[in-house]
Parts: sequence; structure tokens; C-alpha cells
Amino acid sequence: MKEITLKMWKKIDDIIQRYKEKSGALIPVLEECQDVCGYLPMEVQERISKGLNIPGSTIYGVVTFYSFFTMVPKGRHTIKVCLGTACYVRGGKANLESIQDEFGVEKRETTGDLRFSLDSVRCIGACGMAPAMVVDDDTYAQVSKQNIMKILDGYK
Amino acid sequence: MGRINRDQLNEIKSRGKNIIDIRLGKVSVDGEKHLMVGGGTACHASKSEPVRDAIREEIEKRGLSQRCKAIETGNDAFSTLAPVMVVYPEGVYYVHLTPDDVDDIVSEHLIDGKLVERLLYKDPTNNKPIPRMMDIPYFSNQTLITLRNLTLIDPEKIDDAIYRDAYQGAAKALIDITTEEIINQVKISGIRGRGGAGFPTGMKWQFAAKSEGDIKYVLCNADEGDPGAFMDRSVLEADPHAVLEGMIIAAKAINAHQGYIYCRAEYPLAIKGLTIAIEQARRYGLLGKDILGSGFGFDLEIYQGAGAFVCGEETALMISIEGKRGMPRPRPPFPAQEGLWKKPTVLNNVETLANIPQIILNGGQWYAAIGTEKSKGTKVFALAGKVVNSGLVEVPMGMPLKDIVYKIGGGIPEEKRLKAVQIGGPSGGCIPLELLDTVTDYEAITATGAIMGSGGMVVMDEDNCMVDIARFFMEFCQEESCGKCTPCREGTKRMLELLTKITEGQGEIDDIATLEELAEMVKDSSLCGLGQTAPNPVLSTIRHFRDEYEAHIKDKRCPAHVCRALITYIIDEEKCPGCGKCKRVCPVEAIIGEEKVVHTIDPEKCIRCGACIASCKFDAIEVV
Ligand SMILES: Cc1cc2nc3c(=O)[nH]c(=O)nc-3n(C[C@H](O)[C@H](O)[C@H](O)COP(=O)(O)O)c2cc1C
Ligand code: SF4
Ligand code: SF4
Ligand code: SF4
Ligand code: FES
Ligand code: FES
Repeated sequence: MKEITLKMWKKIDDIIQRYKEKSGALIPVLEECQDVCGYLPMEVQERISKGLNIPGSTIYGVVTFYSFFTMVPKGRHTIKVCLGTACYVRGGKANLESIQDEFGVEKRETTGDLRFSLDSVRCIGACGMAPAMVVDDDTYAQVSKQNIMKILDGYK
Repeated sequence: MGRINRDQLNEIKSRGKNIIDIRLGKVSVDGEKHLMVGGGTACHASKSEPVRDAIREEIEKRGLSQRCKAIETGNDAFSTLAPVMVVYPEGVYYVHLTPDDVDDIVSEHLIDGKLVERLLYKDPTNNKPIPRMMDIPYFSNQTLITLRNLTLIDPEKIDDAIYRDAYQGAAKALIDITTEEIINQVKISGIRGRGGAGFPTGMKWQFAAKSEGDIKYVLCNADEGDPGAFMDRSVLEADPHAVLEGMIIAAKAINAHQGYIYCRAEYPLAIKGLTIAIEQARRYGLLGKDILGSGFGFDLEIYQGAGAFVCGEETALMISIEGKRGMPRPRPPFPAQEGLWKKPTVLNNVETLANIPQIILNGGQWYAAIGTEKSKGTKVFALAGKVVNSGLVEVPMGMPLKDIVYKIGGGIPEEKRLKAVQIGGPSGGCIPLELLDTVTDYEAITATGAIMGSGGMVVMDEDNCMVDIARFFMEFCQEESCGKCTPCREGTKRMLELLTKITEGQGEIDDIATLEELAEMVKDSSLCGLGQTAPNPVLSTIRHFRDEYEAHIKDKRCPAHVCRALITYIIDEEKCPGCGKCKRVCPVEAIIGEEKVVHTIDPEKCIRCGACIASCKFDAIEVV
């Protein structure tokens, strides 16, 4: 498990402080805290619960409801294969399957060496150049069996 | 400049007249050139940023920066061709750019005044270049209202938007006319919500205006949940001020002073652009207190959605902004009476709002003159799938689908046969080839079993399996069902099981009838729009492609060769000289054969990955 460092706790407290007086602040707080830690373990949820004075069960409910939140740490790189309609009809699923086969992970899982977290997304707005894939912040268009492993080789 | 009043707004606008006239190709001033480099998500994905930087550097290096400006615009209009650039005043369109092309553009076009022919768009029918963007059929067949600023402004500069009339509609709404008149003009325009349901916007505003209460809200739905759609993102990236202005006008109409834009977190570029636009608008006093000296105040915030499709539904969206699990609630009470924090609320889609300033500025009649009897104005579609030209298209209501696919979309690639056009995403349906004369009109599309939806339009050809597509959308709905009501939660699960069974070759003939029964039940008894429309893709494919379902069930055959369990890979003895290539690429050693003799595939071992087909140079491997 990835440790929450002192520096991260400090940032988390700052975020809580900033939103304390606002109603409906839970989701933005969770978004920002996930940005800081990469994930939202129970200890972080508990801190938010105390800080915002919201029951832990409510927080847990929100974290599990929205797919954007995760309670497990992410790999160094995040692969998101687009499975929106345009990518799907142009072979996005085959791309996802070849990554699954190559690294032995399923959707929403992370490789044992924490190199990659794999997930799918629904349309990233590059339908015109489908099928698309996002690795970290880089978007790749017209991904195919022929070039997919070469792209991933660039992320160690 | 700090806060501005109406006169100052007009002053800025007149200052920009020249700039816009150059970009509209109306005037040519001292060899001044504006290079509008595409910078939408699609362009970024195809590496437009290095092109932009190289252009700027080269212009600088050659001492042309007085006369030539490279400006990044945000728009995925013709995304197949990205990265793209338009050079004004000529309006010349360069496509598929790389940093290596920059040198030629600068020395030939900017300095010598000649076109760089190899970078021009080529008409695919005769390979002749079409230099001007507006002569390319993809663009010339469109009507741009929502996308009127396409390639014309820098979305990060509020002045650019003001040059193009931004906030003129708001000025009119806040200063010249009454709130009744605002609502009246929106009603006359006939505009219906572009988020999917098609509810008349004027009526929605009127309900909220009539609701008692001194606190009200205006919300913008930028959740864009349809998994094949990117209209709203593009509008936000290319012209954020149109959306802000639409919200100001809506706020005035119902007397709200606070707004939220609910934008999905997966759209970082749009969120960044919006943040900049809001800051700039605030600095000019176009948001905040006493806008344009009118005495009316309105401000807004961006709220990032956290990835739940159901949060696009209006009640769920509001509950989500309140910081809770975004599950829909029954209506009534309708949001116009009891919305966000139980206060009267208007929620509109991005595209709806982006049309409002033009409607107020030009009058409802002007807008109502475009379109059909019951569907007015234009609609933006995200055209994608098996079509030559993909991207955003804005067409007048009433245009036949076949014109969108063939005249604008350029038809189907690789001489394949069009099978269907999917409209409306997971709530919509597949319109078959025979019905391609159907026009874009809410009622006409509904009659085919699809819905207008928010604008996803995916073209499918003979290689797409309709049962697989129905299964794809059902899986989407099942995963996104919030689980609050049983018909949707259990019904979609059951329907998905049946569809999976059929695609895996285990289907029985009664399954089609069971699917239809379940579909009616889920449609009629689900609480929110997700459940109520989830069966549409299944019903429409059964209606138009029953033979494909039957082929899967009775003949254990997938006519499009998609469903893995129902296809077999074989090697044609006549064609295979035994080169051995396929054997080397097969990941599971399913191919056997001595060198220089015909190879064969062991169907028991084959996992149907298709790698062998791609490798065979002799076209010897077939799928049956
Ligand atoms: C499950 C579900 C998802 C929806 N997603 C969206 C969406 O992403 N964007 C949108 O504008 N409307 C969406 N809607 C429609 C909204 O509920 C609402 O009708 C719309 O935002 C109102 O704006 P309009 O009248 O301008 O279309 C969705 C509806 C349902 C039932
Ligand atoms: S219809 Fe589906 S998504 Fe809508 S409330 Fe019911 S379970 Fe939730
Ligand atoms: S489809 Fe894949 S598994 Fe089957 S024979 Fe070809 S390469 Fe091997
Ligand atoms: S690659 Fe084609 S030609 Fe070569 S052995 Fe395989 S099937 Fe035969
Ligand atoms: S469906 Fe993949 S980018 Fe739109
Ligand atoms: S900005 Fe990307 S295609 Fe135009």
C-alpha cells in the first residue's frame, strides 16, 4: 500500500479547511484529496469525515457510488482504453483484450509491479480517430494491435 | 480593463471588427494573416501542440510576427483530418499537419503567397485539392449557429468572443427587454432541449419564472453521458462564452443569481477553458454584481462530476451537486418548483444554452425560420463510426440522415455497405439503411424507434453485428443503473444475460419474445429516464434486424462475423503457399503445418484473436 505522507496529510487538511463552511462540498473535497494521494483509503475518508462533520458511512457511500473514486492505489501509469460507441465499432474492445492478455490484468486492476492500472472510458471525444486510448495525460488515436505495445513500451 | 458597461462592450466589439473581417475573408489588410491552429481534444490527440509551437517559432524567427499571428482555436470539427489549420483571410484549410510541414507553410504561403498543395484537403472522389475550408462539402453542407465561431476565435480571449457579438444578447436581455419578453422570444424560437428529452426551453423557463422564491438556480448540464458523443465538450472548448451568456440570460428570465456548470471530470480541457472564461467574464463584470450596469447580478461555479452516467439525469444531477450519491428521485415536484437545495431551478444542456444568445439577439422568429414544423433550428451531431469524414456536424433540423452520412460524412469507407445509423446512444436505436430518408426531426426519428438524443450519431456497416451492439448498450445501462428501482436494476441484468447468451451461441428461439416482454416492463415501470429508455437499442434492433437475431439463435451464425463464439477461422487451401507467417504470430499455437505446405487451424485451440488474418500476405485466411 502506498503510504500517505506527512506532506499529503497537510494538503488534505488544507483542502478540508478550504471547503469547511460550504454546503455540498464533499465531492470536490474527495476529488482534490484523490488528486493528492492517488486514492482514497479509509484513513483519509475518516479524516474527511471528522473535518467536514459528515458520517463516515455517507462518505463511503459516495466514494463507492462514483466511478471516478478509487480505494486502491493506482499504478505509476494509467491506461484508459476508450470503449465509447465509435471506438467500440472500430475495434476498441480488441485493444482492451490485448492489454489484458499481455499484462494479465482485468479492467479496474493494477499490475503486480504497480506499472499499469487498466481501465476503460466512454468516449474521450476523439471519436473521429477511433479507436482511442489514454495513457496518463497522453491521448493516442487509431490504436491497433500493431502499435499498442509499442506505445505502452514508452511507459516504464 | 476592469468592469465594463454596455458602451464599453460595444467599443471592444468595434475595435475587433477588422480582425473578424479578416477571418471572415471580407478584407485583406497589408498582407495580415491569421493562422488558426486546431487545438481541440482531437487535435491534441493527433499532436497538434508541436505544430502550433513550431509555427509560432518560425513566424518569430523569420520576423513575420507583426503581420502573421498563430492562434489556437478549440474545435474538433473535422477530426479525421486533425491536426488542422485555417489561414485567413483566404480561408485556406491545411490538414494532417506535422511540425515538418511548418517550414513550407511559412515560406511558400506566408512569404510567397502560394498554396502548399500537398497539405490541402483532397476531394476523395477525384483527388483534386479543395483549398478553401468553406468549399469542402463537409463544411459547405452545414449550417453553423451553435458552432458559429468555429475556427474564428481564440476561446481563451474574451475580446475575441466579444468581437463576434458575445454578450450582446445578454445586454439586450438585461437592459432592453422585460423578462416576459425574453421567455416569449425563446418560446417563439421553438427551441427544444438538446440534452435528449427535447422539452421546449421557453416553457421550462416560464414554469421556473412563475415559481415563488427569492433564491433560484440556473444549471448547465455538461455531463455529456452518451458514450459516443462530444458535441458539448467541443462547444465548451471552442466557445465557452456562448454558454456563460446563455446562462446569464436564463438567470435573468427566471430571476436567479447563482448558477453551476456540472461538467464531467473526464473533460480537463473544457474545464480549464471554462475556468479561464469565467475569470475573464468576472473581470469585465459580465458575471458578478450589476452586470453591464444593469443592476442584475449573477455568478456561477463549475462543479466536476465524478463519473456516473445517471448524474446527467436532472434530479440526480442536483442531488450530486448537493454532495450526495446521485440517485434520481421521483417527479413531481419538478425542478422548476423544487430543484437544487429545494429551490426553483432551471437545468439546460450546453448546446441549448449556446443557442440562446443568438436567439435573443436575432429574435425568436429568425431561429424558428430554420427547421421543420415541430423541430426548430439546428442540431449538432458527433458523426463517427464507419464513415469517411468524422467529426462535429451542425445541420438544420429536417435534413435527411442520408445527406448527413453521404454529403457531409462522405459515405462509408472501403466500399462497405452501410447497415444502420445509431442515434441517441444507450437511449436510442439503430435506423436501418431502408429508412435513411428519415429527417432530423424529433418526431420523425422517434417513429423509427430511435430518439434524437443529445447528438451521438454512429454509422455502422456490414461488419458490425446488431446483436453485439444491442448487448454493448445494454451492458452500459446495466453498469450505470443506480440500482434504486427494481425494474431497471434487475430488468437490465436479465436482458443483458439473454443478449450475452445469444451472442455466445446459446440462444433459444423464445429469447427474443422474452427480451421484448422484459423491455416493455423496464420501459414502463422504471423511475428515471435511464431505465425508461434502456431497452430502446434492443427493441430497435429486434424491430429492424430480427433476421440477425434469428441467425445467431437458429443457425448459430453471426452474419457480421463479430461474435467470437459463432465464428471459425479457416485457411483456404487454394491460396496458402505455406509461408508460415501466421503460425509465428498465433499466440496459442493453434496453427499447424510444415513449411511450404498448406497450413491449418485447430478450431479447438483457436481463440479467434484475428492476429493470423492481419499477418497473412496471401489473403488465405477467412472467417466463416
Ligand atoms: C440517465 C440520463 C442521463 C442524462 N444525461 C444527460 C447529459 O449528459 N447531458 C444533458 O444535457 N442531458 C442529459 N440528460 C437529460 C437531462 O435529464 C435533462 O433533460 C437535460 O439536461 C435538460 O436540458 P435541456 O432541456 O436543455 O435538454 C440525461 C437524462 C437521463 C435520464
Ligand atoms: S431507472 Fe435505473 S437509473 Fe433510474 S432510478 Fe431506477 S435504477 Fe436508478
Ligand atoms: S485467430 Fe488467433 S488464435 Fe486463432 S488461429 Fe488465428 S492467430 Fe491463432
Ligand atoms: S500466412 Fe497465409 S499464406 Fe502464410 S501459411 Fe498462413 S495462411 Fe498460409
Ligand atoms: S468513442 Fe472513443 S473517443 Fe469517442
Ligand atoms: S481542433 Fe481538433 S480537429 Fe479541429
